[in-house]
Formats: sequence, C-alpha cells, structure tokens
Amino acid sequence: MELTLTVNGRARRVQVEDRCTLLDCLRETLRLTGTRAGCEHGVCGTCTVLLDGEPVRSCLVLAAQAEGSAVTTIEGVAPAPGELSVVQDAFCEAHGMQCGYCTPGMVLTAEALLAGNPAPTREEIVEAISGNLCRCTGYGQIVEAVELAAVRLRSANTRPAAARMEPAK
Amino acid sequence: MNAPATAPLRGPFRYVGKKRRVREDRRFATGDGHYAADVALPGMLHAVPLQSEYPAARIVAIDASAALALPGVRAVLTGAELAAAIEPLMNGAHAPLVRRYPLAVGQVRYAGEWVAVVVAESRAIAEDARELIAVEYAPLPFVLDGEAALDPASPPVHPDHGSNVLLDRHFVWGEVDAAFAAAPRRLAYRVVWGRSSTVPLETFGVTARWDHGLELLDVWASIQMPKFPDQIARALRLPGNAVRVHHDIDVGGSYGVKRGIKHAVLVGHLARLLDAPVRLLEDRLENMTGGDMQGPERIFDVQLAFEEDGRVRAMRMRALDNVGAYAGRSPFQLGKPIGAIVGPYAIGAVAYHALAVTSNKTPQEAVRGFGQAPTNYALETGIDRVAEALGLDRLEVRRRNFIRAEQFPYTIPSGTTYDSGDYHALLGKAVAAAEAAGIFAERDRLRAAGMLAGIGVATVLEPSGGNSSFEPLLNPHNRTTTWMDSCRVTVDATGAVTATLHTTSAGQAHETLVAVAVAEVLEIDPERIRVVRPDSLGSLPSNSPVGSRMAIMLGGAAVEAARRLKAQLMAIAAHDLGVAEGALAYEGGRVAAPDRRALDWAELVQIAHREFFRLPPGSEPGLAASAIYQVPTGGQLPTADGRVHMYPCHSAECHLVLVAIDPVLGKPEIRRWITGHDCGTVISPDVVRGMTLGGIAHGIGAALLEEFTYDRETGQPTAASFMDYPMPSAHEVPEVEIVHQCTPSPLTVFGQKGSGESGYLGGPAALASAVNDALRPLGLHIDRLPMRPAAISDAIADTTTQETA
Repeated sequence: MELTLTVNGRARRVQVEDRCTLLDCLRETLRLTGTRAGCEHGVCGTCTVLLDGEPVRSCLVLAAQAEGSAVTTIEGVAPAPGELSVVQDAFCEAHGMQCGYCTPGMVLTAEALLAGNPAPTREEIVEAISGNLCRCTGYGQIVEAVELAAVRLRSANTRPAAARMEPAK
Repeated sequence: MNAPATAPLRGPFRYVGKKRRVREDRRFATGDGHYAADVALPGMLHAVPLQSEYPAARIVAIDASAALALPGVRAVLTGAELAAAIEPLMNGAHAPLVRRYPLAVGQVRYAGEWVAVVVAESRAIAEDARELIAVEYAPLPFVLDGEAALDPASPPVHPDHGSNVLLDRHFVWGEVDAAFAAAPRRLAYRVVWGRSSTVPLETFGVTARWDHGLELLDVWASIQMPKFPDQIARALRLPGNAVRVHHDIDVGGSYGVKRGIKHAVLVGHLARLLDAPVRLLEDRLENMTGGDMQGPERIFDVQLAFEEDGRVRAMRMRALDNVGAYAGRSPFQLGKPIGAIVGPYAIGAVAYHALAVTSNKTPQEAVRGFGQAPTNYALETGIDRVAEALGLDRLEVRRRNFIRAEQFPYTIPSGTTYDSGDYHALLGKAVAAAEAAGIFAERDRLRAAGMLAGIGVATVLEPSGGNSSFEPLLNPHNRTTTWMDSCRVTVDATGAVTATLHTTSAGQAHETLVAVAVAEVLEIDPERIRVVRPDSLGSLPSNSPVGSRMAIMLGGAAVEAARRLKAQLMAIAAHDLGVAEGALAYEGGRVAAPDRRALDWAELVQIAHREFFRLPPGSEPGLAASAIYQVPTGGQLPTADGRVHMYPCHSAECHLVLVAIDPVLGKPEIRRWITGHDCGTVISPDVVRGMTLGGIAHGIGAALLEEFTYDRETGQPTAASFMDYPMPSAHEVPEVEIVHQCTPSPLTVFGQKGSGESGYLGGPAALASAVNDALRPLGLHIDRLPMRPAAISDAIADTTTQETA
C-alpha cells in the first residue's frame, strides 16, 4: 500500500506491505535507523517514537495507522544537524546512557514528559520512563538527566523539542 | 608475582578521575549510533532460523520443497549440509565428542535449537517460508534438571560423550579435613542460583559479505567475543586473514553474552555459498530461546568450619552448574571464581568440587562476572549463617574474617594473590553512610509497624583484569597464559593525534578511556585525540572487553603506547637541541632544555614527518607507537596441585540494603540501598558510577525477578518473551547512594582496577541477605534465587498455618 507519513515535519510517500509496522517502515523504508527494535512486542519501549507528541511503541503501530499523524523520531529532536536539544545535551552531561540502544526512546519519552510538565518530581520522572527498559544504567543517571533538562529548560525559557511538533493538519 | 608490565604513573592527574563528558554519548543521544542492525548492503539477503519444537528428538526428515518454491526464497540449509562444509565450533571444556554446529545435526538437544535456516530477499518472506518447512522428528527422552543429569541413567544429551558430565574436578587447597576436624563449629547449607541472564535490549545481529575477488569475508556483528575472527576462520576452514571483522559497530548491550559465534559462522558460510551479503538478525523470541545467551544455573552445597568467635577456618564447596545443551565457554564459569573463592575473607583451606552437566536446555553463555556473582552469593550466605548460628552481628563476623589491610599482597589458598584492599575501611564507610541515612532505625520502625523488614549485607570482590588462567586450569589441553590487549598512537603530519582500539564496545566508553589515558601521558587535551577502531585485519591483538579488564588492559596499553610515542619526541628534541634526554623537560607537548631553548609540538611534528636530516641517526621518520600489553601477573600455567594466579586486580564492594516485605503479598520492596565501592583509581567517574548502578539493577533482576523457566512435562521454555521474563524497570531500582574508597592497585598504570561487573557481583547476595534478615523472626530461609513473591508468601503462609494447627 502507498502511504503519506509526516515524519519530523516532512511529508514522506512510502510503499509498504499492509502488515508493515511503523518501526520497520521508519528503519527499513525511510532508513531512519535511530529508532531501534527491542522486544517487538510492546514491553521494552526501545522503539518509542512520538505520535502527535505522545510516546508510542512503533513496533505495535502499523505504518498505515500513522497516516494523518505527526511522527517524531530521534532524528527530529535536535534543532539542527550537529546540534543537540536541551534534553539530549542533558543526557550527555549526566551520562544518562551507556550502550545507547535505549537512548532514542528514553530521550523522546523525556521530551514528551517535559513538554507537558516543566517541573516534574522524581516520582513523575520515574513513572514517565518506567515503560522504557534500560539494561545498562540502572536508571539513576537517566533520571538525573531528565531532572537536569527540566532545570535547564525552565531557566533558559526554551520549550522542549516535543512542544515544537504540532499535530499534522 | 611478576613486576608490572609498565611502570606506574601516579597522581596528581590532569585528566584521570576528572568529570568529563563521555565522547560516545553524543552519537547515541542523537540516534547516530551505528549498530549491527543498521548495516544494510546492496543485494543483502535475510536469514531466519527454523527452531526445534522438541527438547530432544532425532531429526528424521526435513522437507523444504514448499519453502523453496516461495518467490523470493534463495536457499534452505540443513544441519547435515552445513556440517559437511565446516568445522565444529570451539569447546571450552575438553569434550571432543560434544560437537556443536550452528544447526542441529541429526538430533535436536533443546527446544529452540536451530534446525535449518531460510534465506530470502526479505525477512518477511524468509519468515513466511519458514512456516512451510516440514520437519519429521522422533522425540527422545530429555533431562532438564542439573541433579537429574548427573545420574548415569539420565538421557545423555550427547550420546557419543557417554554421560552428561562435562566437567568434574576436585580441588583441595590447604589442610581442609584437618581444619574441619579441629574447628569447634560446623554448618552446611544449600543455595541455588536460578538461570537468568543479562538480556541486552539489542538482540544479536550479524551481516557477512564474501568478496570473491579479494577472497575475503567481511563481518559486521553485535559482538563481545574474544578471538572472534579466529573462531570464524577456523570453523569456515579459511586462513585467519580471509576474515575481516569490522570493529566500528556499536553493540547495544552485552554484559558478557554477545558471543554469537554460531550466528556468525552460519552467516559467513551462507554469504560464500550464495555469493551475496547475508544478514541474520534475531527477533526477541529467537533470542530468548535459541540465542544461546542464558546464564549460570547453579546448585551450591557448602560446608563451613568455624570458631566460636565467627572466624571461618575452612570451606568445602560443591558447585553443580547446568550448562544446557552444549559446552561453549560455559564450564569455565566455574573456574573464574577460583580466583576469589574465599572472597574478602582469610579462610585458610578450601575444597572445591566443580561440576558441569549438560541438559536439554538452551546453552549457557558468559554472563557478567563469569560465574563470580553466584559464587559470591553462596559465600555471603555462609557468612550470614555463621553469624546466625553464633548469635553474632553479621557486620562483626565479616570484620573478624576480613583480610586486613596490612596483609596485602595476600595469597589465597587457590593460588591467586590479591593486589590491594582495605575491607574494614570500606565496610566502615558504608556503615557510617547507612547510619547517617537511618536505615537501621527505619528497619526497627517498620518491624514495629507489623511489616517484615530486613537489612542485607554483602561484602564481595570483583576480580578484574581478565586473565584467562581458568582455561588451562580446567582444560589440560589449553595452555592460554596471555590475554593481551593493545593500542596504537600516531601523530600525523598536521600534529593531530589518533589512537586505536581493537575491539567492539557495548557501552563501556572505551573511546573515552583511551583518549584520557593517552592525554594523561602526552599532557594534551583529550578532546584533541581521535580514537578509532580499525577492522580486525588492521588491528593488533585484543581479547575484547571481558573480565572487567579494559580499564586495566586497554588503559595500560594506551599509556604504554603513548609513552613510547613521547619517548620518540624526547629523542628528537635531545638530538636537535644537543642536550641529553635526561636534562630535558616535557610539558604539554613542548620539550624544553635547561637553557630555555625548546621545541614545541608543531616543530617536533615537522621534524619527525618532514626533516629527516634533523632526526637522530637510525630513527624512523613519522610518529607512531604501539603497545601489546600482557596481563599484569599473567603468564604462568597452573601448578600440579591446581593452584594458579587468576586475575591481577581485586575491586571490592559492600552493600547495605533495607528491604520491607508485606507479609501477605510477599513482595520484597527495596527501601534504601547504600554501596561502598573500591575499584582503585577511578579514570572516568561517571562511567564507573553508571556501571555500578547498572550492575545493581542486574543484580535486582537476578535476585528478585528474572528466570529462564522450562516446562517440566514438555521441556518447552516458558520465559520466551519480555512478558514472562520480567526485568527491573525504573520502578524496581531504588536510588543508590555510593560511597567511595580508593586503594590503588600496585600493578596498574594509574592504580585502577576493574568496575564492569560492580554491583552485580554483590547485589544479589545483599538482597538475599536482606530478605532472610526480614524472615529470620519467622525462622525462615529463602535459599533460591530469584526470590519471587509467591515463594516468599507461600513460605510465610506455611509458618502461620503451622502456628494455627
């Protein structure tokens, strides 16, 4: 089937099998490989992308279901090539990662959290990222990264990347 | 003990130990990491394995005609066809009749084993075709339980081998029987470590391409495997230089398990056979059942002989490990703990019976700590039991048994000499932090409120430096006495510095490590140093990041290579300035004579690269130096009585953990976690902290949640997805307070020790101690990991039923 997907603000026409997941479409068809497969049954959150600003598991969404929505992947988070969003920069500053495999999903989840809640408590951060597994870090430095990003966003009077992603019209 | 391979460099340091961003993080945060699944080659084909439905069966016939008829399918290969074309995969144990091929040959030995492989133009087509393959099986009797497998009457997993016993070694180090006879107190206990693993979020993936013009096999793999290119070459009957493994692949977590040798050999063979690039990328089900990445499953029977004051005189330990259907490296996981078999304690005599058996379960692979975490759990349980038997405080019993700081270097009965440590001070710091946090008072308050509450204690060691002495110890045909690593440093004609590392990494920040180590020697900003990973044919020898070794081994190699490069700079300056080298001062890349004449970096580079007439006679032009670093203290074969020096360095950690248990639900809830950690000189503080926190999370999983279970009736794996193999989320991992101590290793360049297994080596023991402390008022012991809520609540319910009856 032929679809038009809005990915990171650009309209993309794709030809995929009906059964193709959004994850496979992003990775294999559009070659946006920053979105990664973890369990492929909706548990680990590795493949998280934002659909109209909300985190979803792209392994559980068919590509066809994303038509008409704004899809944000990790490639759409930085303000410009070679730059980092405030959240991405905070993940680097706090070393909120090790192998990097869960990181795109974690960053997008954090972007979505901070778009709706500029001053989350530690418990709210833990709750927000609890659907994203990480096997390297034990989450401590990830929580610290989100806390740091929240402080920096507030003090810089800057909106998180997810807030820039308006739903597709 | 040998002298250190390279002279120590002691602080104050410019870059070592300083807060610094991890250079790898930037590409990961932007999604630009390059993992095995991101490798896409023109014309690439996709391989999917067909897996056995039976735990044991004879393969009677395989009919792939319907699959081959599907458009887009390029090949179906069976085990019989493959075995005719390749050599068996390497065994760790000496068991030549336990043959292992990537695909089952004649007989399947576990449910999930690969029986055939389909290659097609897309993964989806290959999966469709897999459904069309008809395999006729004749089911055979099977054995799942490790103790049952010991029985000579049990069904042999490998009939040619004659029994299920892969390894059966008795070691006696010291006067064990005499110590038991003389000791006033003895106790015996059994603990069981359930089968879990580190389960990285990235499954295993490999792509191979055969270049028939170059006669060269290119391999991109999600790998953490020593001697990986050699093993592929041997299996495929290729010369070693016909296999080129690309190291510039980011590995999405491993913690020991990303071995993937069967995957790589299979795909390498297919790429040659079909003259096309072939990728095999496990899905999660394939990974959990046939990825051969499950960890130790171990029954410990332990006896301790001890004094009335709690000092342990001798230990007898039998460890029975159920390694699953094939040998691999797994029996060696009973060997590595020999290097710290007494933990931090001055136990004078040990008898150790190491038993590994095959069963019809998924094969075991190396898991974080290589068998040390289970052994630490068994030993720590014993120390708690001694305290309980004597009515003594568990902390005090540890203090009485600890090796004292002034006793280092300290040789344990099994032959390893511990490099340095101060266990009393480390425990003291952790206890002080725990008291400040009020965890003892909090336990008492919880108990008063009707909850079961306990404090867990564990004080354990992390042998680090990754020597492989357990190989010759457990396999007399194996004479491996080096486990080297390497680095090359070059300065190009523009003056820029590039350093190399010769393996893949899985999140351990090795590029940052190399940059900091080289920068410390050359006294230049680490950000000026590029770190690259040549492919295996352009690499010096490496043994990959196993055995908590890279800070020690790669750090050591990087320092040594940088020193050799610096020596070239000094020689150039001495010759050019006409001053003896000893009179020159090197600072920040500039070399100055006593009379204040000096050559700066740019001029030194200019001379080396352009002005040969200014070079010292007999020297080579350019600036390049490399080092291949031997493991400090390595190099010796075991003695006839089974003693060997194992790892060079010994990090220490202690955990104090407060757990509350609702008596009805039985679910242990972690309220506070305090860790004391000593890994010598810390090179990258954020990295070490992250690894420790991550190791604790793995430990929480192993102790409370994770287990690869099997159905007793059918032999089927019943934890084959993330739905039935629960792992800790952010909710299950508490905030951890880490207190640091530093006893530098005298054996390493900066005084560093390993930290890649920290947290995991003591976390499970601490949680078991906490749960058992909570249950002590009920007279209960939970002696099996994972400690699932149902097991705890059932045990509690049994005691209350008995009370009412």
